[in-house]
Formats: sequence, C-alpha cells, structure tokens
Amino acid sequence: MSAILPPAERLWWKHPLDRVEGTWIVIALIWCLIMFAMMVGWHIWGKQNLSTETYKTTPDLFMQKTQAVVDQYTVRTETADKIPVIAPPPGSDVYLIARLWSFWPIIEFEKGKTYRLHLTSLDYNHGFSLQPANINIQVVPGYEHVVTVTPNQSGTYSVVCNEYCGIGHHQMVGRIYVK
Amino acid sequence: MSNVTTYRTCPRSGLQFEAQAEKLMIANAFIAVVFLLIGGILAIGVVLTRWPAVHWLEADTFYQVLTAHGIDMLIFWIIFFEVAVLYFCSSTLLRCRIATPRWAWAAFVLMLVGAIMNNVAVLQGGSSVMMTSYVPMMAAPSFYLGLILFAVGALIACFVFLGTLVIAKREKTYQGSVPLVTFGAITACIIAVFTIASGAIILIPTYLLSIGLISSVDPLVYRTIWWAFGHSSQQINVAAHISIWYAVAAIAFGAKPMSERVSRGAFLLYILFLQLASAHHLLADPGVSTAWKVVNTSYFMYFAVLASMIHGLTIPGAIEVAQRQKGYTKGLFEWLRKAPWGNPVFSGVFISLIGFGFLGGISGVMMGTEQLNMIIHNTIYVPGHFHATVVVGTTLSFMALTYFLIPVLFKREMIAPGLAKLQPYLFGLSMYFFCLVMMGAGTLGVSRRHWDMAFQGAALAYEWPGAAYLMMGLVGIAGIAAIVGGGIYIYVTVGSLLWGKRLDEGRQSAQTTPIPPTPVGKAVQTYGSAGFAAPGTFVLAMVFLVAFVLYYFINWKYLSQVWGLS
Repeated sequence: MSAILPPAERLWWKHPLDRVEGTWIVIALIWCLIMFAMMVGWHIWGKQNLSTETYKTTPDLFMQKTQAVVDQYTVRTETADKIPVIAPPPGSDVYLIARLWSFWPIIEFEKGKTYRLHLTSLDYNHGFSLQPANINIQVVPGYEHVVTVTPNQSGTYSVVCNEYCGIGHHQMVGRIYVK
Repeated sequence: MSNVTTYRTCPRSGLQFEAQAEKLMIANAFIAVVFLLIGGILAIGVVLTRWPAVHWLEADTFYQVLTAHGIDMLIFWIIFFEVAVLYFCSSTLLRCRIATPRWAWAAFVLMLVGAIMNNVAVLQGGSSVMMTSYVPMMAAPSFYLGLILFAVGALIACFVFLGTLVIAKREKTYQGSVPLVTFGAITACIIAVFTIASGAIILIPTYLLSIGLISSVDPLVYRTIWWAFGHSSQQINVAAHISIWYAVAAIAFGAKPMSERVSRGAFLLYILFLQLASAHHLLADPGVSTAWKVVNTSYFMYFAVLASMIHGLTIPGAIEVAQRQKGYTKGLFEWLRKAPWGNPVFSGVFISLIGFGFLGGISGVMMGTEQLNMIIHNTIYVPGHFHATVVVGTTLSFMALTYFLIPVLFKREMIAPGLAKLQPYLFGLSMYFFCLVMMGAGTLGVSRRHWDMAFQGAALAYEWPGAAYLMMGLVGIAGIAAIVGGGIYIYVTVGSLLWGKRLDEGRQSAQTTPIPPTPVGKAVQTYGSAGFAAPGTFVLAMVFLVAFVLYYFINWKYLSQVWGLS
C-alpha cells in the first residue's frame, strides 16, 4: 500500500523512473509542443483567427453609430417589427447590436467579401452564435469587439444568442444573409 | 490544547482514525451526499426539459433549476466531499490528530450555512443567474453572501488540513516524506487556496454591488477573475480525484507508484500551471490579447496536459506492475482481465480514469485551443466536456471511494452489494454516452443553457438539423439512465448508514501508533517484458494518443471550412 504510505526512499526525487514512463513522457511532451506550435502557426498560416481589436463603448454611442449605418444602407425591412435589412458595401464597418432579446439590424453580406463587424451588447452578456456555420463569439456589454469576417458560402444564416440572458433568451435570434 | 482524544484502528483496513477527525469526515461526507441528492433531483428537471420531445419545465423554472443544479453539484457536493478527503489524507494517512477541531467545525457550519443560504436564494426565484452569475445580471444579495460564507468555510478547512500536516511532522508520526496521496491532497489544497482567494476578490465586490454600496463591476473584469475561481475549482477536483485514483490503486492492489519522482513531479506541474486555465473561458471574448490567450490557455506549453497524461499512464501502470507481481503476466492484458471488476471501488475508479482521459481530457484540449474554441464556445459541447471531467472523473471517483469508506469510516456493512456492483457501470457508462451525444449536438452548434431549441415565439427562428434533435433526445435518455445510477449510489450509501449491520469498531487507543518506515522494496523494473514494466498500459496509452491526434486534426479541418475571420 505504498501510495498511501511514506515512500521508502527518503529522497523521492532520486527515485529511478521506468523505461515505460520515460518513453511516454518524451512522446507526450512532443505532442504537447506540437499542439502549442499549431496554435501559434494558425495565426501565421490559418484563416480563422479571432480579432482582438476592442474599444470601450457605451450603449448611446454604439446605438448612434449603428443608426447611422442603418440610415445609410437599409434596403428593406423584415418581420412584423420592421427590422431593417442593411446591405453595406464590402470593406465597410458594420454594427450589430445585441440586446434583450434581439439582434439588430439584419445584415446582408456578399460572399467572398470582407467586412468589419462591430459587436456589443447594450445590457447583459450575450452570445453571437452564427448557424449553421457554428462560429461562436462572446458579446460583452461596454466593449466594442471588431471582428473581420469573410463569408465563404452564400445562404441564410442565423445568429443565435448562446449566452444565457434571462427569460426571453430562447427568442433572441438574428439573421445574416450572404449573397 | 485538545490532546485528549482517541485513535481507532480499523480492523478491516488497518487505517487509524482519530476521533475528532473521524466525526468531521463523516459530517462533511454526509452533507456532500445530501447535496448530491438535491443536485440529482434537479438534474431530472434539466434533462427532461432539454429532451426536445419532453420539454418539461417552463422557461423560468428551467433556468432556476439549472442554476441550482450547477451550484449544488459543482460546488457544494464536490467541495464538502473534498474537505472529507483532505482530512482523510492528512489525519488518517499520517496517523495524527486533526489540528484545531473547533475551527474545523466552524468551517463546516459556515459552509453549511452558506450552501443553504445560496440554495434558498435560488429557490426564491430572483437569482436564476446560472452558476457563473455574470454581471450586470444580478442575483439577490444572499446568493453572493451564501457563496462567500461557503468559501470562507472552505478556506478555513484548507488551513486545518495544512495545520494537521504540521502536527504530523512535529509529532513525528511518520518518517521521510508524506505519502504520494497526501502529496496530491496538498496540491489540491494549494490550488484551493488560490481559487478561493480569486472567488473572494470578485464575489465580494459583486455582493457590495447587489446591496448598492458600489455602482458597477466591469463585466469583462468579472469574467476574467470569476473564471480564476470557476475553472480553478475544477482543478482542485482533478488533483483530488487523481489522488483518490492512486489511493484506490494502493488499497485494491497494493500497487506502488511506478516512480515517486514522476508522479510527484506531475503534481508539481499542476501547482505551477493548472491555474492558468481561466483563459479557457475567455478565448471568444473581446479585450484579451492573443499572446495572453495562447500562453494561458495552453498552461504555458501544455505542461498541465503533460502532467495529466503522465498520471493517466502511471496509475494503470502501477496497477499493472502490482498485478504482474501477483503472477498475472500472460500476454499484454491478463493483468487487466483478472482485475476485480466486481469490486465497485476498483471498477468505479477505472471507468472514471478511462472516461476522464478519453472524453474529458481530449475534449478539454479541443475547447482550450484558441482557434478551435470558436466552433465550440458556449455550445452544449461545453457541458458535454465538463460532465466527462467532473461527473465521470470526480463524482464517480468519489462514489468509488465511498464504497471503500462505508465499512472503514462509517463502520457499516454495505446493503445491496449486488446493486453497488452494478452502479459504477450503469452510472459511468451512461455518463460516457451522455457526454458523447452532448458533444455531438455541440458540434452541430446547439447552445448550452437554452430552454428551447425550437425558439418558440422568436420572429427569426433558426431550425436545427434533425441530427441535433436526435442527439438532444439521446441526451435526455442517457441523462435519465445516469440519474438512476446516481440514485442507486445514494440508496446504497444512505441505506448502509441507516440500516447496514454495525461492524466492529476496532481497537481504541489514547496514543497514536506512528507509521513504521517502509522497507525498501525491489525496483519495479524486475517485472514486465521488453524492458517495459507495464507494456499493456503503454499500448493503452498509445491508443489514447492516436485517438487524441486524430480528433485534434479533425477539428482543425472543420475549423478551416468556416468563414474567414481575422
């Protein structure tokens, strides 16, 4: 019963290690270093890296910026609530508001074009979960997160809120079209 | 000084229990099981609501039940049990009296009062904020106060544990170094002190915010520090249940650690690197730099993963060596075939170890990879992962240990041994399946903490693929099977305490009998084949590695197909 008794050798750090352990430690360490290199390497060669561009913001300020873009690029409205659908030009700054319990406005992107998508929440934490692509980003109040996105497939995408935000959480779904 | 105490030598295990420590262990372990029972009942509400065909509870009740389930299981059940484990690993394994038993009782009372206060706050309905209670969503002040009282109690218990180590050293109840299992418990305790301090740093201001004394707590700062508490508290569990694995290997097989240096070195890696994992929860957040994410999420350079991979080899390796010494040397796996599969203490630990490694470990590394996190963050893959670590890993290990403690600590004969024999298989294997289908649904994007995947009442509802509904149905079925398995554990444990035959207490003595020095044994290299002391374990480890590597690159392939992000 040795693991529950003091070790026989007083100097446990001199205890020899078996070949099976030594071999495994080397293999495991190599694998760990590969995984570390993979994460760093993807920043150099990979195309999916989350931007860290962030600004402090306030609900009023972000609302103003969003409203300006909506005023300029609205092409139609959808649903009974008349949610504006905006079609901003490629390369432009696009604002998406998360609040209890909706995303506003609806956005229309062009496939293969790049946009600067600004995300924030006006109240609680929310989640930006783009389906069915399955890209998930945390939306934190007070912080404006600028994510550069390049849609690679056309279709209708949903933005599901996947951070618990209260009783209407399950009704909080937005939309993005890619043409 | 409370030197007036007695020591009891258990006739069944040879372990020596000091009277005060024994009462404390019984009280903490018993309350732990009570919280497991409450959390288990709440789990019925959670799985039957997430099972789309049943969709049982209303939204408000569901979120309330989910909040209480998370806190009762992840915090109260586990930490009460861990306090009992800490006292066992110090007072019992080192054969000394417990330090400051009055403080230990004060800790127990504080923890109990805090746990009840928090549960009442959630029950009253105004605190359905989930276990994470992200600001600015606020709960009732008593919600935070309960957690703070509980944390203070747990912190006192940690210091009682450390004080007990000092007593053992001073009164020379053992020679040389502490046993490996105690060493693991010290690791858990050090991580616990860090964890509880982080919890205090963020929960105290949040409590002050809830009673209106301060005006705001920054949401991102909250997330960063809260997770230094939230994630690290799960690292206490890892250190604790791995210590239990070593203990059970020693108790059930007489297994020695293959190398004290390797196993203790791996625990040291935990102390150094495991707490960095708070970053795992912030990979999809704004405002944290890439370098910070990469360094922290990988525990510097996956050194804590390395430590877990080492324990994952050395524990079955030690069992293999012990079995081979007994003559089970045929082929690669006779040692495993001839293991006591009918003994729930062993089967529980083995099912726990395999599930923790293959399901919990591998999925944890996926989520903790900075870029891969984007296809997993806040999907139901996350609870799939942590049920594999905390339920299959920690809870099942604690259950297995309980079967050992019923005759030894509680001095009762186990009722329904047939049911107990079945329990680790039913509970463990249904949890395996539960975790797998949850991860499957998460890979399809299904959200965690979500009342209705059909989005009732949403103007722009999204329709999940049929496979996602199927997976969530299977989550419901597997969840119910696991709850039945948990129910059997509670029946056997509580039933044994109430109706089990009383067993001989063993010899009482006013003095402790110091642990005799361990004779230096043969080196493990004498056994095994091809210069490998544990060839079978090495083959299992290679199977694990292949699964790990394949799944890792499958996820990168999946990531490479989504929208470009930069």
